[in-house]
This record gives sequence, structure tokens and C-alpha cells, in this order.
Amino acid sequence: MKKFTLKNIATEAKLLLIGIPLIIWTLIPVYHLFLFSISTKDSATSGHLWPVHPTLQNFEFVLMQKHFYLNYFWIQMWNSLFIALMVGFFTLLISTFAAFAISRLKVRGGRTVLNLALFTYFIPAAFLAVPMYKTMGQYGLLNNQLSLILAMITIASPYSIWVLKQASDKLPLELDEAARMDGATPMQLFRLVYLPLMVPSLVAVGTYSLLLAWNEYLYAFLLLSKEDSFTVGVALGNFLSADDSPWELLMTTGLIYALPPAAIYYTFKRYMVSGLTAGAVKS
Amino acid sequence: MVVPYLLIFFIFVVYPVGYGLWLARHPDSYERLFADPIFYRTVINTLVFLVVGINIKMVIALMLSGFFVQKRWWISIISMIFILPWALPSIPTILSVRFMLNPEWGIINTQIFQLTGADGPNWLNDPVLALCLAMVMHIWKSLPFWTLILVAARLSIPGEQYEAASVDGATNWQKFRFITWPSMKTIYLTSTILSMIWTLGDFNSVYLLTGGGPADMTHVLATLGIRYLRLDQVDLAMASIVVAMPFVLPLVFFMMKRLSK
Repeated sequence: MKKFTLKNIATEAKLLLIGIPLIIWTLIPVYHLFLFSISTKDSATSGHLWPVHPTLQNFEFVLMQKHFYLNYFWIQMWNSLFIALMVGFFTLLISTFAAFAISRLKVRGGRTVLNLALFTYFIPAAFLAVPMYKTMGQYGLLNNQLSLILAMITIASPYSIWVLKQASDKLPLELDEAARMDGATPMQLFRLVYLPLMVPSLVAVGTYSLLLAWNEYLYAFLLLSKEDSFTVGVALGNFLSADDSPWELLMTTGLIYALPPAAIYYTFKRYMVSGLTAGAVKS
Repeated sequence: MVVPYLLIFFIFVVYPVGYGLWLARHPDSYERLFADPIFYRTVINTLVFLVVGINIKMVIALMLSGFFVQKRWWISIISMIFILPWALPSIPTILSVRFMLNPEWGIINTQIFQLTGADGPNWLNDPVLALCLAMVMHIWKSLPFWTLILVAARLSIPGEQYEAASVDGATNWQKFRFITWPSMKTIYLTSTILSMIWTLGDFNSVYLLTGGGPADMTHVLATLGIRYLRLDQVDLAMASIVVAMPFVLPLVFFMMKRLSK
């Protein structure tokens, strides 16, 4: 227990002076989102910091799809979920294979593959979007959710390979040797030795790609163009195009759309933070 | 086992990039690009965004990392909340800010009116102010991530060094200057460069907040490329990206060398 000296109190006060503004700064946009969702339109647009008559009516409108902007709300939620799950699963599959082959089997050219992946990782995502959109047209995949899934796998896997490769390098090589002495094939080595040891990193990478796909806006809005194939993010962007949009419903939908990634993040926080900061920038 | 990734790489990276370059092969595209006044504005905006915006963000992240390594129960709670912008999708939060800034019914201007009786500024209708707000939006969104990286870097500095310095009577500034900064400057530099490369691809902060407006004055390269694409001028979209390559590629290769050591 620290003594309550004047100096200690001053230090705490200084820390609080940083902490409190920081919380306010972080939460303002989120609070405003919440404020809109429990306000009627009149109340939300007249500058109240707390609604005169808080209401859950907006949630009822959104969840019951009671507005023509929301006709496809549940389908779009499903689309977002389906795309995120597919991206998460296939990114995990592809990048685990690649990391295992490069790090444990030491395949020839592994170094090159890793460099290619790193190169893709560093290309600004919006720059790749233009040619990607044109080629998806050539492949005949436009307006097909497959195009978004493939695009997001392309964007998520380089980083995943990189993180998984870093984590695999840390596993002792003796394990592989021992398993091979016992006559394990590479596939058995992969399934019985490698995968169980990699679980924390796999959770980190899976969560990362899932969130990346769920949260994506640019690629989703370029590649999807039918209301019933939109993700929720694209549908929200479309609200903006009209002048008389029901802003309070847009914000309510936005809040609902933001909840799953927050929940997933906090559930897997332990894995995310160590896994991702370790890979992002090597010190 | 690397074949699945290589397939993805060749079908969705190599071919599109090659095809994109082929689309931008005519010198004519570049002439039209350079003749477009919006392009100059975009280049300036992008440079301001990278040089001013990113450096401000990284300096704040460096200072905040010093705050978050303090051991207090309430600081761990703040750090849980602080990470939120990074985990949440961009679109709801950016639209939330956009509505706050609405000159007629946004909460900021209605509050200004109620408190002072004067009309607040027309935030997003002033190109300079709108670009600044887009930078603020970008900082709000990505500050947590970089703070986290720098916190990790700070935590890897051995505590004994600070203890020894305290014994010798070093001030906080001297501790930062002679212990913290020397062990962090490499990762700080790397983070800054990486953040600059990625920010070139930050479409959301600008597009969702200002839409490139007013009068296409707040575009950055990321949104300009998409604007040309929407106007069906793919060659200009690609040309604007190709023009950025001489600046981007050296940074990318620098990063690759750093990471694959």
C-alpha cells in the first residue's frame, strides 16, 4: 500500500488528468450512436445530451424490419455473418498450411512465398481495390458474395501467414524430430503435434480475419450491388444517399452491427493482443 | 501446402495488379490525370494527411504508451475501453461523427447554439476544416492500435534500468531521453512508416466523413482512385495509383527488409 504523501496524490491527479479526457474522447462517437438509438428523431436532432423520453422503439423498428430501408435487415445480418465466417475459416486453413510448410517442413522457396505475402500485406488496401474490382468483373464474380469472400481472404491471409510463421518458429524443432522418429508422416505431424500447440495463435488469426471481414466497407460496397446480398455495412452506407433517411434507424442499425465485433474482441482479447502486436512490428 | 496461398496470390494479386498496370499503359491517361485540378488538391491533401496527421498520431501514441504502462487498476479499465475504436467497424462510428457535425441539427452545433446563441461553424463544408476532421477521425480509429504496439515496446525495456537511473537521481525527462527513447526509436520509426503506408489506403475516414467534398476538395489518393472508378475512368484510377508507387515501393521494401531480418 502506497503512502498518501502529497507527491503521490499529485502523481495520481496527473494520471487522472490524462485518463478522464481519454475516456471521453474514445466514447463520444459511441455514446452519440447510443443516444440516437434511444431517441425519437425530433429529440435526436434537437441537441439533447440525454433524450427527454428515452425509447426502444427504434430497436423494434429495426429488428421487425418496419421501414423500407430495413426490408433486408436480417438477410444482411446473415450475409455479414456468413461472409465473416467463410473468410475466417478459409484464411485460417490457407495460412496455417502455408505457415506450417514454410516454418516446419522448410519447403523450397518458402522464404520467397513469405516475402510475397509480406509484400501484399504492405500494399494499401484501397490501391488493390481498383484492379481487384476490374478483375472480379472479368472472372464473372461481380454481385456474387464469393467475390467478397475471396477478396477478403486475399487481404487477410498475408498477415495471418506472417503471424503464424512467427509463432511456429518458436516451437522447438525437437518435437518434429521426435514425432518423425516415431514414424509420423508430415500430415500426422501437422494434425497431432502442430495444430494443438498453435491453438492460441490460431484463435488470434481467426478472430482477426473474422473481424476484418465483418467490419469491411470498401470492398463490400464495390463488389456487392444487390440489396439482398449486401452486408450490413454496405446497407448503412446506402442510407446516406437519400436526403430524408431515417437517421435514428440508421444509427440503431449501426449500433447493432457494431455489437458482435466488440463482443468477439473482448472474448478473445487475451489472444488478440499478444498474437497481433507480436506480429505487426518486430522490435 | 503453400499451393492454396500461391493460387490466391496469383489469381487475386498478381493478375489484377498486372491487368491494372496494363490499363494504365497509355501516356495519355497520365496527361489527363495531371490536367485534372482535383488531382493536385488530392496530392497535397494526401501529403498533409501523412506528414501532419500520422506524426501527430504517433507522438500522441508514444506519450499515451507511457500512461498505459503505469500499474493502476483503473488504467487497465481505461485501456479496455480505449481499444474500442479499433475493434468496432468504421461505418457506424464515422457516420455517428458525421451526424454530430451536421450544421443544422448535429449535436455539436445545437449545443453551441444553446450555450452561446451563435451559429456553430459549417464543419464539413469548409475544405480545410473537413480535412482536419478526417484526420481526427483517422486518429480516433487507429490511435489505439499504435499505442498498443508502443506499450508492448515499452514493456520490453528492463525495469532495472529505470531503478538504477532513479538511484542516480535522474529526472523523468532524462529517463525518457536516455533509456526509453534509445530502446524505442527503431520501433517508433518502423511504426510510423508502416502507418504511413497503410494510411494511404485509408478510404473510410475520408469517404464516410466528407465523401471527398465539398467540391471534391478533400480527396486523398485512396478515395480519388475509387472516384475515378465510379466515373468509369479506370485508366485514371490506375494512373493515380501508379503515380504514387515511386513513393510507396521504397517504403514497402524498407519495411520488408526490417521485418524479414
